[in-house]
Amino acid sequence: MNVTARAEAITLLLESWLEADFSFRKVGPTAEKIAALAQGEQDFVLDWVKRIASSNLEVAWQFARRAPALIGHMDRRLMEAWVVGACDVYDRQGLRHALKVMEEADHFAERQLEMTAGVLFEDVAGVLGNFVRGLSGRKLSLTRLERGHGAYTDTEKLYLPAVLARFSDAKDNFVLAKASVALLWAQTRYGTFRADLAAACANFPDPERALHQLHGLETLRLSAYIGRELPGLHREMQRLQALLHAPEPAAWQPLAVRLGEAEATLEDSLRLLGDAYTLPDWPPRCYQGALQPEAVAAAFAARQDKEKARLRVKLAELLQEHARHETPTSADTPTTPPERQVFDAEARDEEGGLELELTLDSLPIAPPEDVKALLTSIYLDFGEIPPEYLVPAGDGEYDASLLGEQGKDPDAVWQGTYHEEGALFYPEWDMGREHYRKNWCVMREKDVPPIENDFHRQTLEKYAGVVKNLRKSFEAMRDENRIEKRQTQGDDVDIDALVEALADARDGREMSERLFTRLHRADRNIAVAFMVDMSGSTKGWINEAEREALVLLCEALELLGDRYAIYGFSGITRKRCELFRIKTFDEPYSTEVKARISGIRAQDYTRMGFAIRHLTHLLNQVEARTKVLVTLDRKSVV
Amino acid sequence: MDAHSLAPEEHFIQTEPYYEPVGNEIAIFEAAWRHKLPVLLKGPTGCGKTRFMEYMAWRLKRPLITVSCHDDLTASDLVGRYLVKGGETTWVDGPLTRAVRVGGICYLDEVVEARKDTMVVIHPLADDRRTLPMEKLGQLLEAADDFCLAISYNPGYQSVLKDLKQSTRQRFVALEFDYPAAEVERKIVATESGVDAGLAERLVKFAQMTRNLKGSGLDEGASTRLLVHAGKLIAGGIDPVTACRSAVAQAVTDDADMLAAIQELSSSLF
Repeated sequence: MNVTARAEAITLLLESWLEADFSFRKVGPTAEKIAALAQGEQDFVLDWVKRIASSNLEVAWQFARRAPALIGHMDRRLMEAWVVGACDVYDRQGLRHALKVMEEADHFAERQLEMTAGVLFEDVAGVLGNFVRGLSGRKLSLTRLERGHGAYTDTEKLYLPAVLARFSDAKDNFVLAKASVALLWAQTRYGTFRADLAAACANFPDPERALHQLHGLETLRLSAYIGRELPGLHREMQRLQALLHAPEPAAWQPLAVRLGEAEATLEDSLRLLGDAYTLPDWPPRCYQGALQPEAVAAAFAARQDKEKARLRVKLAELLQEHARHETPTSADTPTTPPERQVFDAEARDEEGGLELELTLDSLPIAPPEDVKALLTSIYLDFGEIPPEYLVPAGDGEYDASLLGEQGKDPDAVWQGTYHEEGALFYPEWDMGREHYRKNWCVMREKDVPPIENDFHRQTLEKYAGVVKNLRKSFEAMRDENRIEKRQTQGDDVDIDALVEALADARDGREMSERLFTRLHRADRNIAVAFMVDMSGSTKGWINEAEREALVLLCEALELLGDRYAIYGFSGITRKRCELFRIKTFDEPYSTEVKARISGIRAQDYTRMGFAIRHLTHLLNQVEARTKVLVTLDRKSVV
Repeated sequence: MDAHSLAPEEHFIQTEPYYEPVGNEIAIFEAAWRHKLPVLLKGPTGCGKTRFMEYMAWRLKRPLITVSCHDDLTASDLVGRYLVKGGETTWVDGPLTRAVRVGGICYLDEVVEARKDTMVVIHPLADDRRTLPMEKLGQLLEAADDFCLAISYNPGYQSVLKDLKQSTRQRFVALEFDYPAAEVERKIVATESGVDAGLAERLVKFAQMTRNLKGSGLDEGASTRLLVHAGKLIAGGIDPVTACRSAVAQAVTDDADMLAAIQELSSSLF
């Protein structure tokens, strides 16, 4: 097929996928450009146009227009990431933002590195997420920046750009990502945010410039920390800087020396800010990212009261626990009454290690992991544990909204604006796009309202014959302890086998080695999750059949003693996916569970992906050799 | 030296095993032994439980019989069984019986892994009766005065199904072990592996980092034992990053991302 004929064929395809008749898109010139590409490139572009068109025609059209020019300059993997990124933005923020992502590619000439040697956030997030959790301090998580390139932290999350591409070698770009993560970690670990940075810079004529210079000072101070704590990484950071041929200005050298001392703190940086302000602009290091004091302040404000309340409640629990175990040594030496006992916490933050010692009346006590994590987080914010944090909560000081213990009423939250608050998010496969839609389903677990009626008894009566058969077949499956004879090893001598073997030996034949009996132990180790369709389409006899099937299954499974759980699923749109708890793995098959089975009613629409994902997650938490997920839906009943 | 065989109950530890006390565990164990109380050692893998037992066996001059329990270990494996020898059945004592007879220390490592019927023989030995029922012989064996029963388990990674029952645990004096404090661990790593203090310090820091990952994809962080392995490799001329990969990272996980992350941690440190 020549180019013209190929262009015509592609025009027809584009017209059909992009609905050109209705949108008046002139696809001809684009089709010609695509037709001029190599076959493999054509296939790649057309495949993606078709896939994006299943989500949005305009995004697909914009991609089709740009792709022929880009494909020769851009790594396929990165191009795919760009397209998928645009689709993600479309899902979350709508068309206007998605088109902006598309437009970013127009500047490919100046961002050619990004398109050939860039490291994608998705590629490094797994490894660097674990890397940063391995370092001491608060457990930080990595998040992709929606837009922009300046990595930053709000002290809980580290935001990294979607693509890191400063160097022509992908390996160097990975080191750059690692160095950025390490520096942001160092900011939270070594107290960059222990003062109000915006306020500290506000007195300067140009506060923005002051913040920039302060960032430089902190980068010098923290790089020195990294040099002491992570010398291997520090060498790599210096190598990256050297690759950029960007020596630090001599005027900054004296400040670097002072901030390189082991005792240097944020206060030293703030003290030197006046001098630094008079110096030429700090040339940012490639890995230093940005300072975002507003994001830090927001995260701190959200965290402060919660952590204080949680720590005080935990200390009250510790105190109670302590009082329970404490027995007076003699009647003459009464113990201190709980209300007069005093907690104290001392931090040992030296040589990179952070240890927090908690004492009660000067005697050290071992805090549980969650208390340790709280103490660490508070210490990182203040550089100490403020005394008012160490007062155990009294009666009436349990504010559930601060403690986060009280889950929101699943029905109430759907009605509010913040219906996604506290919900779980699951991705969903988009068939047309042939790609996942991230965090697409908003899911909550709910309880099935139990209905206590005669349903369970009636079902057993109605299917008495079936129950009998089921029991028989399930009993046959039930393994039992039994003694296996004629084994090569075992607990006892198999007298029959021994007599036979001796007779054989006397007879001149070879003597068997299988002379022992061995106890075979029944060891079933199965966990089963039943996923019941509770969508509207099951209304009527199907719903009843499902409930009856569940009753019969439960009866049979109880015989085997396997662990099992039952959940129902339904939902309205991706924003309201509901999983109904009928029986959890830990729950016995009680009257309450029977009433819940009876209470299963048809709800809204069918959406299975989130339910399969969530139940798989629950199954993974159960320890069993064999794990089975069974779905009961309309088709399996019909 | 040629290998030579020795019955376990005749094996006395002659040279003092290297053991760095972390608290008053030695005094507690001695007191328990003197008062004929059984001992339960709790703690993560590789933190020195077995070494402690070797040290105590040497200190108390008693033979140490160690049984590594597994899910196929039955009461017969501990008590003994009839075997067929030359056409006749002969009774052969199991390791527990041997220790009970000679007054040795019987150490049942990871006892929760053993089958439940083993508890039937452990219970009467672990209270003031101090007798071992030998069902197949129709006998009750009274423990020698110096006999000591010690069991260990790791509460961290056992499933609920394999938790130690209250009726068992409440018979024992419990000693809790954990990874030693940093300075003690540094000393252990340096002494055991032969690396200098600076390297030992870095190895301990590395272990801390892997322990921070517990619960975030790792079941357990690097144990002191693994650090000693890594130290020995480094002392043998292997570069530290490679040694940490082979001796530590590969030992604690098979997950590719986690392996890579641990590798990044070690390459940052050395």
